[in-house]
Amino acid sequence: LLAIELVNMTIYNLYIFDRNCQCLYYKAWNRNKKAGISLEEEFKLMYGMIFSIKSLISRLSASSSKDGFLGYSTSNYKLNFYETPTGLKFVLNTDTNVASARDALQHIYSNLYVDYVVRNPVQRPGEWIDSEMFKSQLDSYIQSLPFR
Amino acid sequence: MSSVISVYIISKAGGLIFSHDQPSPTAEVVARFPHQQGLVLEEVDRNVVVKFGEQHGIQVGYSLVAINGQPVSNRCLPSGENAAQYLNSPDNYPLSLKFSRLKTSINERIMLLSMFHSIYAISVKLSPENKSSGIQCLEAETFKLHCLQTVTGVKFIVIADRKQGSVDDLLKKIYELYADYVLKNPFYALDMPIRCELFNVNLIKLLEAESRSSYLTGTTTA
Repeated sequence: LLAIELVNMTIYNLYIFDRNCQCLYYKAWNRNKKAGISLEEEFKLMYGMIFSIKSLISRLSASSSKDGFLGYSTSNYKLNFYETPTGLKFVLNTDTNVASARDALQHIYSNLYVDYVVRNPVQRPGEWIDSEMFKSQLDSYIQSLPFR
Repeated sequence: MSSVISVYIISKAGGLIFSHDQPSPTAEVVARFPHQQGLVLEEVDRNVVVKFGEQHGIQVGYSLVAINGQPVSNRCLPSGENAAQYLNSPDNYPLSLKFSRLKTSINERIMLLSMFHSIYAISVKLSPENKSSGIQCLEAETFKLHCLQTVTGVKFIVIADRKQGSVDDLLKKIYELYADYVLKNPFYALDMPIRCELFNVNLIKLLEAESRSSYLTGTTTA
């Protein structure tokens, strides 16, 4: 009998920002450390950090003008980033074993966000996402991922 | 062909104390303009930079390097005439213009790397997991930025091609060179810009050896 050990990959949390620095959605599935500041301040700090990193990349790269920030990894977690051409930003924190969450983020945007937020007549742009369908579909999608 | 693009060292206060670029070909484009068309230029610092109107291979961010073979420096032609004004008068056309992407100036780099120093600290604060280090690898579409922070707070940064695998060995070796040729140099003051000839020489040797080994094995260093 072969005992196969599955690498347990974790998803920590997700932030969604629009292009006006507004945080539209935040959900944490596994979070072991709070930032020590209020959630509102944390959203602004996260957005500011992402904005600075994008500016850094576009000016540091001598060979191309496209920024294309994909993410960063530290010793404990990996921040995956996805931005749509309209300036919508998705930030997903996972553990370091995850190779690329780009597909997952693209799915969250094109299948979940577009269907349950953009096409929702009650959802106003720039406001916190209230849609129960979006929340439950997002949760079940995240649970269904091979990295949980 | 080395996949390392640049090496930087940041002091524990966040100031850039060392920077090294591997020689790389700069993209240059020469295009003939029969009349004024489409290009929107702006003066940024002491350069004339393309702001809008990508054409003939000239991209946004390229700087005007020469008009009709005459070099443009400090926004002016050798005759002293302002380059932007020259381009605005239709009598001067047709023209042959040369554009190229200039390397970021050292002042800009100092600023950008101080920004990275702060971003590093923020990434620790925003970590969802306990006891996280700062950013060890920042991924962009065209390059990867690797960072090693030592226990004393000095950061070693290597910007390499996306293809490059693990740069940890290289970062550790650069740290060793720093310890040997910079810290043990009696004339070097801590946190000051590094001006140690032996460090430069040995760093270049290390980068050459690294690029040769990755070329020979046909794969990136493991």
